[in-house]
Amino acid sequence: METKVFARPKSLTDVTTHYCPGCGHGVVHRLVAEAIDHFGLRDNTVGVASAGCSVMMYKYFDVDTLEAAHGRALATATGIKRTHPDLTVFTYQGDGDLASIGLAETIHAANRGEKITAIFVNNAVYGMTGGQMAPTTLPGQKTSTTPAGRTKAREGSPLRMAEMLSQLDGVAFCQRVAVYDPDQIYEAREAIFRAFETQLEGLGFAFVEVLSACPTNMRMKPIDGQHWVEESMCKFYPLGTFKDDDA
Amino acid sequence: MERCERKTLTMGNIAVAEGAIQAGCRAYFGYPITPQNEIPEYLSRRLPEVGGIFLQAESELASINMVLGASAAGTRVMTSSSGPGISLMQEGISFLAGSQLPAVIVNVMRCGPGLGGIKPTQADYFQATRGGGHGDYRTLVLAPNNVQEMFDFTVRAFELADKYRNPVLILADAILGQMKEPATLVPEYPPLDFDKTDWILNGAHQRPARNLRSMYLEDDDQEDLNYVLQRKYERMEQDEPLAEERWTEDAGLLVVAFGTSARVARAAVTQARNEGIRAGVFRPITLYPYPRAALRALGERIKRMLVVEMNCGQMLEDVLAIVPPDVEVRFHGRPGGGVPTPDEILEKIKES
Repeated sequence: METKVFARPKSLTDVTTHYCPGCGHGVVHRLVAEAIDHFGLRDNTVGVASAGCSVMMYKYFDVDTLEAAHGRALATATGIKRTHPDLTVFTYQGDGDLASIGLAETIHAANRGEKITAIFVNNAVYGMTGGQMAPTTLPGQKTSTTPAGRTKAREGSPLRMAEMLSQLDGVAFCQRVAVYDPDQIYEAREAIFRAFETQLEGLGFAFVEVLSACPTNMRMKPIDGQHWVEESMCKFYPLGTFKDDDA
Repeated sequence: MERCERKTLTMGNIAVAEGAIQAGCRAYFGYPITPQNEIPEYLSRRLPEVGGIFLQAESELASINMVLGASAAGTRVMTSSSGPGISLMQEGISFLAGSQLPAVIVNVMRCGPGLGGIKPTQADYFQATRGGGHGDYRTLVLAPNNVQEMFDFTVRAFELADKYRNPVLILADAILGQMKEPATLVPEYPPLDFDKTDWILNGAHQRPARNLRSMYLEDDDQEDLNYVLQRKYERMEQDEPLAEERWTEDAGLLVVAFGTSARVARAAVTQARNEGIRAGVFRPITLYPYPRAALRALGERIKRMLVVEMNCGQMLEDVLAIVPPDVEVRFHGRPGGGVPTPDEILEKIKES
């Protein structure tokens, strides 16, 4: 007898994404959709997209979605969640959005303990605009605006968002994961599930930082991008759970 | 219909805030700035009484984007600010316009450029009537000139915002915000409600998932959106222009002014009439859409006009573009917190 063991989550649409080979967005989208399915939230969820490669996530998530201004996703999500506390609200943001232009909105939403799930995809470059320096670009990393590599003296050191946010009282769940291999993807899946569960339990702000590859802008083969995340990014950004109020 | 409800001595900013409550506004997001702080202070107490949400945001940027989120989910929502704060909000106002989302934004103007002072001014006319942020869009703009109108126009602003799915601005100044006058804090008629069930984001329950956005990358979609917006603005220009005319029937000279300036102008024209000078007043109430047809019609027979503003000539540009070329238009303006006196305007009337 044949048994179906693997299927597309109901909360994902049946289309091919525009993401590049080796990009982590497709995997992270799937994990978020699995969480939405798992908790039965498909018809009670609003996702807030940010400016960046994932701005077109409305094509891929089969849930209500709103496009926020660059950096303002967590303010926009606050407006939805405060006025409609019964909805499940998540933001999906890149490093430029969440950690640079939107840093104030991020910190204040987290500090207020907004009952929102923030998915933060950190790939250490600005993807959509063509590979410029991000707030999370690694020391020495070459980008299209740091041709000789990022230096502490000139650009400052990268921001470790999970560590920063875990210091705030409003944050109930905070974990950093990666999606460079299947084991890590399972870890990431668990974290994203916990982040949605945290919101459902009304505990406070839930944050998952996902280290992800951008091979196109790193000028790497897709597989080398995964190795770079494992070998270089994970060294600077240690994986782990920084806070879990329910643990 | 004559309203017979009791009048109470009310501050303009409070009239705005209570007007919002009466209009069914159930969420406010804002950041403190003088001279409009009474609005958030009042609503921080009043909104919870009616089951609404008040949240002081970390900035005007955050405020306007919280407004956008609440609006997308279907709540009647507002924010208020002044000059520098309204400048920061332009990003969100552009996004509201592009995403076709209703919201009410109150600008109790303060002087600029820059941080400016808190004295009364009308320096934000350009910003309010030209869209203000990036992109080819418009916001409806209402200009009250007394405390009663601060209340009435706020109620009306929520209706217009929902009717057109577009941001609506209330353009006031420190005099209108801070002064107290007797006002009736009951709407003229029950505020109109508009069905939002076919566009709001409230979870894709028994319907396909929806998306609200302002970016369209494919084919001609972005151009198409802009034409949709333009058609909406044409409907506004057709149906919404509003102006008040006083003593225009026999006027040989017309004073054109809005808001506080119009009030002062009315006092000056009253004095002029007492002295036998046949002057009239034209007061645009909607600054966008501008009451072009009414002003053009007056320009067909009144060939001398005096534009009075608390700036260096912003509405003046609209008046010059609207009236027939043989109308002689003069200007009197006071920028940076200066308020013209009736005597000052009377003198200009006599010179015109």
